[in-house]
Amino acid sequence: MNRLKLLGTTTLALMTGFSPVLAQVTEIGAPEGQVNIVAWPGYIERGETMKEFDWVTKFEQASGCKVNVKTANTSDEMVALMNEGGFDLVTASGDASLRLVAGDRVQPINIDLIPSWSTVDDRLKSAPWHTVDGVHYGVPYMWGPNVLMYNTEVFPEPPTSWNVVFEEMTLPDGKSNKGRVQAYDGPIHIADAAQYLMFHKPELGITSPYELNEDQYKAALDLLRVQRTLVSRYWHDAFIQIDDFKNEGVVASGSWPFQRNLLQADGQPIASVIPQEGATGWADTTMMHVDAANPNCSYLWMEHSLSSNLQSDLAVWFGANPAVPAACTDGRGMSTAETCTANGMDDFERIRFWTTPVSNCSQGEGACVPYYRWVSDYIGVIGGR
Amino acid sequence: MTAPAILPARGLADRLTGTFWRRPGLLLVLLITPPLLWLGVVYLGSLAALLLQSFYSIDEFSGVVKEEFTLKTYAELFRAQNLDIIIRTIVMAMAVTLACAVLAFPIAYYAARHAKGAWKAAFYLGVMLPLWSSYLVKVYAWKLILAKEGILGWAAEGTGTGFIIDGILSIPGLEGSSLSTSPFGTFLVFVYIWLPYMILPMQAALERVPNSMLEASADLGATRGQTFRTVILPLALPGVIAGSIFTFSLTLGDYIIPQIVGDSSRFIGLTVYQLQGTAGNTPLAAAFAVVPILIMLVYLSLAKRAGAFNAL
Repeated sequence: MNRLKLLGTTTLALMTGFSPVLAQVTEIGAPEGQVNIVAWPGYIERGETMKEFDWVTKFEQASGCKVNVKTANTSDEMVALMNEGGFDLVTASGDASLRLVAGDRVQPINIDLIPSWSTVDDRLKSAPWHTVDGVHYGVPYMWGPNVLMYNTEVFPEPPTSWNVVFEEMTLPDGKSNKGRVQAYDGPIHIADAAQYLMFHKPELGITSPYELNEDQYKAALDLLRVQRTLVSRYWHDAFIQIDDFKNEGVVASGSWPFQRNLLQADGQPIASVIPQEGATGWADTTMMHVDAANPNCSYLWMEHSLSSNLQSDLAVWFGANPAVPAACTDGRGMSTAETCTANGMDDFERIRFWTTPVSNCSQGEGACVPYYRWVSDYIGVIGGR
Repeated sequence: MTAPAILPARGLADRLTGTFWRRPGLLLVLLITPPLLWLGVVYLGSLAALLLQSFYSIDEFSGVVKEEFTLKTYAELFRAQNLDIIIRTIVMAMAVTLACAVLAFPIAYYAARHAKGAWKAAFYLGVMLPLWSSYLVKVYAWKLILAKEGILGWAAEGTGTGFIIDGILSIPGLEGSSLSTSPFGTFLVFVYIWLPYMILPMQAALERVPNSMLEASADLGATRGQTFRTVILPLALPGVIAGSIFTFSLTLGDYIIPQIVGDSSRFIGLTVYQLQGTAGNTPLAAAFAVVPILIMLVYLSLAKRAGAFNAL
């Protein structure tokens, strides 16, 4: 009986383990006429928001594949949409991609069918958030850092440490930082605290801000409780944060280059920096549904996403960094070496990319605090507990 | 030649009309089934699904929902941080309801009993007008009004009344760097947004108070104050309670305002949104969603006892 069970589970394991690999596309056939993509808002623009930001029209004309976009606001929404099915591609962040792989929702990508694969940033080609056991489950799309944004009138010199948002102190303008700093209103912000501790309290032995055992996790929460006394409101919507920097007297906060670019374009005295502790960040991957109805158009789109003006123009549009480094300099779009540097292109090594915290981590089976506890505890911290 | 008393049916429509006339019950069933299905399946069905979810729990280890009956999730509601959320929400809902009632009564009273003709129309318009614009636009506008460098702060500085705002912001529990980041700001915006829902039922109740009773009260020698306390107020009370049901339940469930104005502390609606949306902890979200239902059941039974539904 036990042998039978063993046999059964082994077969099952083999099947689940290998069937996606077998399902890999081996050649690109005739385009199906459309491709359905789940994407972050602003990720796939066809010149309708602003005329000069268009990386869809040409693709549709050249390939004959009509691009249908369904936008999703959170990683969980993306996972849910992919579970429902009916989509071909998704631009998944690191906190969604592995869930999609583990749930057999996405299929391996045959990189031989994507000629521009060789142009992808070497550091992203086999990134752990889309490559499992050497199998590629997606094509890198965009990445960006969570920078420390600050007011240049208050900070004549860029702040060197994240301590301005974590500990009470007197800012260069002689006033306390109390009530003048912000923090991200998402549980993933616990990782920022952990990263700060990683640098300042090495005795805690934190090796990754996304893999925290009980003691490390508690230390991070304690730090966030101090932060609660400094923060008058947590930010969650990019445009509310922009407004808070303009009208609410906020002078420093973790942020995205997106907000910094908009504030600078508005003539505000704003700049950003990646302090000595490094920064967290996000990296998105185009992944293909395991039952994609339009695989040929999907492959054509993945190639397009790497080879066209998309990488270059999207980087400018979103304040992010292209997965293809050449897009910064070869003039295929609006990006230049300067805009890429401003978005953090040169700081890749100092960024720890978002991943979903799970209980089975490198510290052992069940050694780490899983994400759902991050959520309930962060609610407690914001509520003053 | 006279026409026959019973004309032969001229087609399908005539036969249908005949059938419905002979069997009035059939028509009733046909008409009432769709709304009943809607109420039963879509409305109560989703509520039942919600209740069911709240009896599941999340696996501590993997974060996957375990579909086994347990009360563990409800026990989690009594953790300190979750109790905070429930108490915070109830206190806010009560404060908003009281403030709305106090503000709305004179307005409703004037509109119902004194305003005439064009003035009356203007009152209706004035109360309804805010409901015509988008809810989000109004909340964002308030965020700007209350901001540190917003209109209110600017006006207070110009008139030397900034100490009033500072005074409010120094009250324990209402601290913030400006009104827009203080729970008091959240309260102000809630009151503004829900006020029409209090005024309208109040006005309807006050309009129904018969003049003859007021005259009788005056004839019997009651002062205006006595008439107000013993005649008008009791007769208008069902309207006040009806309005309070709106303001109370709307505040209990709202999740947009505390996100934009206030100090980011969670309210029930926002917690449900976050637990369900980003944490995948549907059971706890469902358990949280049951809390306002229970509170409203208690509230409605109290309101019923006070006679709010006698006019139905």
